[in-house]
Amino acid sequence: MSAITRDEVAHLARLSRLALADTELDHYAAQLDVIIGAVARVAEVATDDIPPSSHALPLTNVYRPDEVRRCLTPEQALAAAPAVQDSRFRVPRILGEEA
Amino acid sequence: MSLTRKTAAELGALIASGEVSAVEVTQAHLDRIAEVDGEIHAFLHVAADAALEQASAIDAKRAAGERLGPLAGVPVAHKDVFTTKDMPTTAGSKILEGYRPPYDATITARLREAGLVILGKTNLDEFAMGSSTENSAYGTTHNPWDLGRIPGGSSGGSSAAVASYQAPLSTGTDTGGSIRQPAAVTGIVGMKPTYGGSSRYGVIAFASSLDTPGPFARNVLDAALLHEAFSGHDVMDTTSIHSEVPPVVEAARRGDVSGLRVGVVKEFGGEGYQAGVLARFQDSVELLESLGAKVVEVSCPSFTYALPAYYLIAPSECSSNLARFDGMRYGLRVGDDGTHSAEEVMALTRAAGFGAEVKRRIMLGTYALSSGYYDAYYGSAQKVRTLIARDFEAAFHQVDVLISPTTPTTAFPIGERADDPMAMYLADLCTIPANLAGNAAISVPCGLADEDGLPVGLQIMAPVLGDDRCYRVAAALEKAFESRWGGPLLKEAPAL
Repeated sequence: MSAITRDEVAHLARLSRLALADTELDHYAAQLDVIIGAVARVAEVATDDIPPSSHALPLTNVYRPDEVRRCLTPEQALAAAPAVQDSRFRVPRILGEEA
Repeated sequence: MSLTRKTAAELGALIASGEVSAVEVTQAHLDRIAEVDGEIHAFLHVAADAALEQASAIDAKRAAGERLGPLAGVPVAHKDVFTTKDMPTTAGSKILEGYRPPYDATITARLREAGLVILGKTNLDEFAMGSSTENSAYGTTHNPWDLGRIPGGSSGGSSAAVASYQAPLSTGTDTGGSIRQPAAVTGIVGMKPTYGGSSRYGVIAFASSLDTPGPFARNVLDAALLHEAFSGHDVMDTTSIHSEVPPVVEAARRGDVSGLRVGVVKEFGGEGYQAGVLARFQDSVELLESLGAKVVEVSCPSFTYALPAYYLIAPSECSSNLARFDGMRYGLRVGDDGTHSAEEVMALTRAAGFGAEVKRRIMLGTYALSSGYYDAYYGSAQKVRTLIARDFEAAFHQVDVLISPTTPTTAFPIGERADDPMAMYLADLCTIPANLAGNAAISVPCGLADEDGLPVGLQIMAPVLGDDRCYRVAAALEKAFESRWGGPLLKEAPAL
């Protein structure tokens, strides 16, 4: 049985903000199915008594001194922006017409 | 001897003593790039003017009587995943084509502080995801040993640049093997430091709990010199280790294994491994014994689950990290014509800007983190990560270092695995455990495979902050191998 269907790939693409063409969905569904089938092996040894590790280092709450320091100027921060208006990032409409 | 054939240590000494100028050394390497990089394609950007300017600043310092560091004036090729404010930074992706970062990565800044001359930016698999550079949006890099074969990846531009004498040193990042595997398949030295030993600030993130910058060089001492030059605590990286850099240069100079306990990882070998790789690994074991090391077999049963765990953890982290590429603040923007919403523009931008492997991993990570699947996939993978750390801990009670082949095979032909993601992922089989546990690990050349005449790498793994042990063993092996070979392995590479 396949672990992942074409519809699921379409859902993942939506969640991932990837506008995939219909032809791509089949291609990725087949590949992701093989990969997920192979990596699912981890469940064989992951018993309840084993604590998970998210990281190799046991560090938590790392702070540096709270000092005022130089940061980017607006010009530097905006220099690579695709669109700029009034010293701000110009972005496409994010609210519906009714808003 | 041509300046491009010299080691970084030799070049540094020649420049410091005034026998040659940094400008001469830089020009020699720029000439070499002009001569061979049309065939190799190691560089995405060559910064000739900036490099010569930097070199002449070093020469001026020397003329003014300033004491120069061991690598001052020595050229370095810099992986195009580190931000550089005076050069484009693309991470091998169309989504960052032409991007100029407003700041330098800590590693970039430290290269400059050490007086290293940055020749340019090297090719990589897009966002460092891959083992061949075939996933670069800007074309594949070719292996100097055989132009029809891959140079490894993701840091394949950096390995190929050093192996083809375009630079004596280069930088890489290693998330699942992206320094050690390219070093192995091009016959050079590549080191993954202890996680947190080298700063990630300004490294375009792939999988933050695994990404580790490290050096490439043609010999062990040069790698240690570069390692030392850019390592150490960084307040800008919250996962940076607050401790002294292990004495890597001293270890590389010492190169002694007498009395050292060496463990052969039982799980890495046999089926799926090329005969020539296993034969060279066996040579290395015998050589270590003849040098006075005590070699035993050690079992690390969880290592066989490292690859599947990695291909859940790394894509999960990547799916989160790459959310920042939304076409709003920098990089590509597609579909902003007044007819599409911001969300549609993001989806169109990401579809046009990311390559197939990046899309695959983002969707795989999104799947592994989805409610309903999280426990079975990402949760289980995190438990495997614990088991792997435990295996290392148990092993390092018995032995000082662990060894294995760096890769199951030598460099494969370009195109051979391009459409088979699982086959491509197997290239990282032996290198991934050290990433998951955060250990130090190095790859050092150990000969040529009989069946194809291509280089084979030996991997040496040490505990967290045991980076010096990697260099110590690698240097001992290098010395013994080179006396057997009558020089470095790279002299066997075909002329370009």
